[in-house]
Amino acid sequence: MSLLTGEAMCGGYGGADILHDCTIQVDKGQVAVIVGPNGAGKSTAMKALLGMVPLRTGSVRLADNDIGKLSPQERVSAGIGFVPQTDNVFTSLTVEENLEIGAYLRRENFSTVAAEIYELFPVLKQKRHQFAGELSGGQRQQVAIGRALMTRPQVLLLDEPTAGVSPVVMDEFFDRVVDIAETGIAVLMVEQNARQALEIADLGYVLVQGRNRYTDAGEALLANPEVRSSFLGG
Amino acid sequence: MSRSDSRMVLWGLIVALLIAVAMFQDVAVALTIAQLCLISALMALGINLQWGYAGLFNAGVMGFAALGGLAATLVSVPPVREAWALGGAGIAAAAIAFIATVAAIVLSNRKMSGWPRVAATLIFAVVGYAIVSHFLAPAILAVESHDAAQTGYLGGLGLPVMWSWPVGGLLAAGAAWLVGRITLGLRADYLAIATLGIAEIIIAVLKNEEWLTRGVKNVTGLSRPVPFEIDLQQEQWFQPLVSLLGGDGITAAAIFVKLAYLVLFALVLAGAYFLAERALHSPWGRMMRAIRDDREAAAAMGKDVSARHLQIFVLGSALIGIAGAMLTTLDGQFTPGAYNPLRFTFLIWVMVIVGGAGSNMGAVLGSFFVWFTWIEAEPLGQWLANAIVAGWPADSLLRIRLLDVAPHLRLVLMGLVLLLVMRFRPAGLIPMRG
Amino acid sequence: MVDGFLNAAVLFANFVLVPGIAYGAQLALGALGITLIFGILRFGNFAHGDLMALGTAVTILVTWWLQAHGVSLGPLPTALLALPIGVAAAVAVALVSDRLVFRYYRVTRATPVTFMIASVGVMFVLNGAVRFIIGVDDQNFADGTRFLITANGFREMTGLAEGLAIRSTQVLTLIVAIVAVAALFWFLQKTVTGKAMRAFSDNENLARLSGIEPGVIVAYAWIIAATLATLAGVLYGLDKSFKPFTYFQLLMPMFAAAIVGGIGQPVGAIVGGFLVAFSEVGLTYAYKKLLAYVVPDSWASDGLIQLIATDYKFSISFVILVLTLLARPTGLFKGKVI
Repeated sequence: MSLLTGEAMCGGYGGADILHDCTIQVDKGQVAVIVGPNGAGKSTAMKALLGMVPLRTGSVRLADNDIGKLSPQERVSAGIGFVPQTDNVFTSLTVEENLEIGAYLRRENFSTVAAEIYELFPVLKQKRHQFAGELSGGQRQQVAIGRALMTRPQVLLLDEPTAGVSPVVMDEFFDRVVDIAETGIAVLMVEQNARQALEIADLGYVLVQGRNRYTDAGEALLANPEVRSSFLGG
Repeated sequence: MSRSDSRMVLWGLIVALLIAVAMFQDVAVALTIAQLCLISALMALGINLQWGYAGLFNAGVMGFAALGGLAATLVSVPPVREAWALGGAGIAAAAIAFIATVAAIVLSNRKMSGWPRVAATLIFAVVGYAIVSHFLAPAILAVESHDAAQTGYLGGLGLPVMWSWPVGGLLAAGAAWLVGRITLGLRADYLAIATLGIAEIIIAVLKNEEWLTRGVKNVTGLSRPVPFEIDLQQEQWFQPLVSLLGGDGITAAAIFVKLAYLVLFALVLAGAYFLAERALHSPWGRMMRAIRDDREAAAAMGKDVSARHLQIFVLGSALIGIAGAMLTTLDGQFTPGAYNPLRFTFLIWVMVIVGGAGSNMGAVLGSFFVWFTWIEAEPLGQWLANAIVAGWPADSLLRIRLLDVAPHLRLVLMGLVLLLVMRFRPAGLIPMRG
Repeated sequence: MVDGFLNAAVLFANFVLVPGIAYGAQLALGALGITLIFGILRFGNFAHGDLMALGTAVTILVTWWLQAHGVSLGPLPTALLALPIGVAAAVAVALVSDRLVFRYYRVTRATPVTFMIASVGVMFVLNGAVRFIIGVDDQNFADGTRFLITANGFREMTGLAEGLAIRSTQVLTLIVAIVAVAALFWFLQKTVTGKAMRAFSDNENLARLSGIEPGVIVAYAWIIAATLATLAGVLYGLDKSFKPFTYFQLLMPMFAAAIVGGIGQPVGAIVGGFLVAFSEVGLTYAYKKLLAYVVPDSWASDGLIQLIATDYKFSISFVILVLTLLARPTGLFKGKVI
């Protein structure tokens, strides 16, 4: 029984279905990664879990609760943190204010949670009075994740977090993702950089045209010759 | 109810309302309302071209209408020869200097770049300003002080006033071309604010440049395209009509004159409507709608979106200019102080939204209903207030107050009509096709 | 020579600086409301001038009532006592108009233009309502001490030829504006709700994902905008006079201030307000007399040395507005949109 489960999801943005019988699960302390070619419905699957894409059939459960009828905001308060791919920080607010807005729903013990996040991303503590819009791409990504973690979510959803980030920063970033998972949070990522992401993934989903093609441990997928030739460029 | 049925019902309703006014109030009032309905409809048609066909929010109606009014004076008023003799040369010199300045700035902007360009532009602007005002200031003073009580301006061309209708259209079109060139890249709501601001500037100029327009001293006694009532009564051929129109000679003449205007306005509106409908159903109209519905896709298909927008902005504004000239012709005077945004911009917008954006027939019908309500709300409010206070003591302050403010009811009414239509019938009286 | 410069400085202060500061503060308060609604609800509110007129009209009515009952604040204008009721009325009207009109378009996610046209409807209603409750005429409702310093008193005090008059309403305007702006900035910078408002204005989707309720934020925006509008309107009316049509016309200078400062930027709205005010006052002032004090007689000009004719006073804000939209639509402080 996984913590977050989207089971047999079918649906799309109103027109033709994008997801076909797609199942995604992630458990406490795990890093799960969704990979696949362009247009495979990776982001759509993640947005369906959050309720930003309407589902025709299928279910979404968090722990034992059916959250399929809740709005995205309600799912956030139920314990899902979400970091969008773009526009994921408040550029005209300082780093600290970004974290405060993240804690808007859970205002008690703001400083403890903020301290944890500064420990995870020390550079943010240094820059906490700077505007988020003035930071580099990698630092912004840290602010974005910090903001999402402020609600103390059980599950963290990251939509292509390394898009446009340099390779060095990317490795560093994946280390932090593992750190986050080790605190007991379930992390689900959609990733363009499939190879590096699968290296840290406990569980990998390869989606093709909105369907589950392969589902296995990250290492196993990396070792699978079919997956390698078709999706990882050899 | 089919589409044409509902149109017939609406037209029937309008005719019935006007007949009711003629019977219970006055025939002249009904005719005046109808005249203004026609003029408003022409303005609404212009806005509908811009908004309904192309999604351009022009809040500068009052400015373009005022330019049409300016045309009416410039075309019809006889030239003031003494004023020309006093200031004509100076104003001509100033005009030449102005054109030379603009040319110099444009040329320097083309030929240079970087800070020399900025410097050259500044220098030309300052020097040009000095030269222009050197010629203009004394000339204006001379013109404005010449017989200020009677003229104090250059006058016009002394042509028949009807000529001002196409000229008003051209003047508005020219202004719209300039305005459109610089503002049409803005998002719709910013375009509205910008056009409103520019229209206010146009009106400020018309109000204050007395040598050109007599400013707030107004130009009165414009010539007319129809005979004067007093002359009409003397005419032989008119006598049989007196008995036909009923009443005495004065009433008959008044009605005849109003009918004559009505026919002229109706002809212009019918022509504009015919052309607008033809345009809407031509390939050009289909392209306009394609651009409105999906600008990016249309641009990707190679449509020149900016040029098409400018084109329709100019066309719509020209209609407003023609209507403005017609209005000034009807009033027989040009009063720059009268062009306020509530009456001339926002009321026209209410007409278009109520009628149904994108539908020409809707714009025309909307104009009739909205103008009728606008005019009749006043006596209605008065009547209502009178009914309410009927039993109250004559010196009651509240009674006096209520009677005093009753006419403002129509503003509230207009706002409510707009809000209710937007909320519950967003497509308007006559929804757009396709 | 020194006297010449002092006299010139006094002349400038009396006719440009002091009136410009008062007018600028009034415009800034109005523009803050416009920029806030632009930032949070994302549309230009055409009804803002009439909202300002409404709050002021109610304040005036209450002032008259107080005056009729012999209530007075001594040297201060009685209108200050009536102000809270005027503010409450404007806030109530703003919230009701949001509930009845704008909320529907928010829920249906209508375009900014739709909001704007709806605000034209609200403008019509408020415009009529204001005329309904107070008529169309000019109203003077200032009482209390007229001047803090009179021109003659200043001359006697300093021995200079030129006088500097400072009206009590001008000082009051500045004090109220400073307090109001300080309170607003404290609210926006230090309180959770204020930060949430800035976050909502910055990135609406992310703010919603962070659990910020649009309804609450929007209500705060209306409350603040209506309060500031009423303050601006009452101060303007005390300083000059109240006339519904004039207040409707103030909409454009306020829009100009908000846009030139950068949409959604409170600091920009304040700077924009003073920029517009000083442009209007400074460009239409005739500098002939002032220059006579500082340049030799032989340089004297026969003109008024007026940069722009007084007739065009109102047009200056339109020119600023249009130029900003064309040349730098984000304004001085990098506002949002476009």
